[in-house]
Amino acid sequence: MDLTGRSLFIANRGEIAVRINRAARSLGMEVVQAHSEADADMLAVKLADRAVEIGPPAATKSYLDIARVVEAARSAGADAVHPGYGFLAENAAFAAAVEAAGMIFVGPSAETIARMGDKVAAREAAIAAGVPTAPGSDGRIEGIDEARAVVEKIGYPVMIKAAAGGGGRGIRVVENDADLARLIPQAQTEAAAAFGDGGLYVERMVRDARHVEVQILGDGSRAVHLFERECSLQRRRQKVWEEAPAACLSAEARARVCDASVRLAEAVGYRGAGTLEFLYEPARDAFYFMEMNTRIQVEHPVTEMVTGVDLVAEMIRVAFGAPLELQQAEIALNGHAIEVRVNAEDPSKNFMPFPGITGAIETPEGVRFDTMLYEGYAIPPFYDSLLGKLIVHGADRDEALSRLREALAGMHIGGLKTTLPLFAALAEDPEVLAGEVNTAWLEAWLQRNTIEAA
Amino acid sequence: MAKTIQSPLPGTFYRRPAPDQPEFVADGGSVAAGDTIGLIEVMKTFHEVTADQAGSNIRFAVENEAPVTAGAVLAEMD
Repeated sequence: MDLTGRSLFIANRGEIAVRINRAARSLGMEVVQAHSEADADMLAVKLADRAVEIGPPAATKSYLDIARVVEAARSAGADAVHPGYGFLAENAAFAAAVEAAGMIFVGPSAETIARMGDKVAAREAAIAAGVPTAPGSDGRIEGIDEARAVVEKIGYPVMIKAAAGGGGRGIRVVENDADLARLIPQAQTEAAAAFGDGGLYVERMVRDARHVEVQILGDGSRAVHLFERECSLQRRRQKVWEEAPAACLSAEARARVCDASVRLAEAVGYRGAGTLEFLYEPARDAFYFMEMNTRIQVEHPVTEMVTGVDLVAEMIRVAFGAPLELQQAEIALNGHAIEVRVNAEDPSKNFMPFPGITGAIETPEGVRFDTMLYEGYAIPPFYDSLLGKLIVHGADRDEALSRLREALAGMHIGGLKTTLPLFAALAEDPEVLAGEVNTAWLEAWLQRNTIEAA
Repeated sequence: MAKTIQSPLPGTFYRRPAPDQPEFVADGGSVAAGDTIGLIEVMKTFHEVTADQAGSNIRFAVENEAPVTAGAVLAEMD
């Protein structure tokens, strides 16, 4: 499909807007860039053919204002709207409004976004497609007898969760029957007091959990996977370091989770780039589906580095109705890639945000740095702290780690405090080098270690 | 001379702990040293703004949810 001269409206900012711009240029498209009042001099505006202001600095009044963004894109004569990640990327009403205004939404249909955005509906779709989910009670349990019946099937340890809870609130870990008998009534009372709903459910406790996610591309009928990433190094549930492939998986486990993910993508008629997120429990060699993200993800570059596929360009092509050209058999894993997220935060001061003015930037040869930075750029305080992503590739994980250490030694960003010193320390850590980490590992490591300011 | 409370950080100023809760300090109210008078949101994190001295008849110089620069005067008081 020839997209030359077609116009793409980028409804996002920062490094991902720059990345989308690059993909659109590779397809010969015209680029219209949205920006808030605070973002008039961002890099993506400078790289665009045209820029349109969409409101005040606060994202709720600009990047998150559906009516305003859609009207800006329509007035600009855009053929399609790319939402990036965050903001309106997984908002079904936005996708519907873009299409209702006669433009193409670069992503799945509004129906798919709504369905996969609902935890219960997504879990049901996963189970129907044979995708493994964490075993537990099918819905709510009413007391100790039902809880015992569930535990008999799934085994200890289990987590008791409040049905109305969220974000880790109202969760108890139970190791044995005596604790179960004691904690179920207590959890019911507390859930009723805290959430106005005493409903509970029981789920298997995943020990030593690793975050593994599968990259999918679909055209609405056929889907392929582009293997998986591992993102177990997290701080406050935010990924900071991602790799492809996941070194903790055997070839058999990799094939199992990737094939299941393709089944789910095809079952829901998935169009665009998407990611299925799983917890992986090494001791049981088991995957548990968590959620599907119906957009491009921050860490997509590691997948691009090991497969050679331009995911952003592909998602634009299929959005315009082009059939997926990639065949599963021709997508191969080549080497190992690592990405680290360079944030404007001071790791020596508990990751305090640092929205300063960018000084001179030195990037080593031979590495990929997806960034919104340029010398002299004043980073606005109104949005997230991601400045860019440093990505390295090697023939295997050891070589990628060695390239990462070299890259970090040669990388300098003047004027700002960034998370680069954190990665320099992590890239020397024996447990990171051995791949002996899980999703709780980095928080514990940060308790034990102090990062010196760069 | 009026005492001032300045923003320690650039970002967005909030006068309430959450949209459905009352203001930290009402217009014309009094504060003790160390009292929280608002929040600054910077890069999606929230930081408390505290009064470094006691005062009365507080007058806010910026509106709720307004963007502010580091050092901007948020409020004056007697």
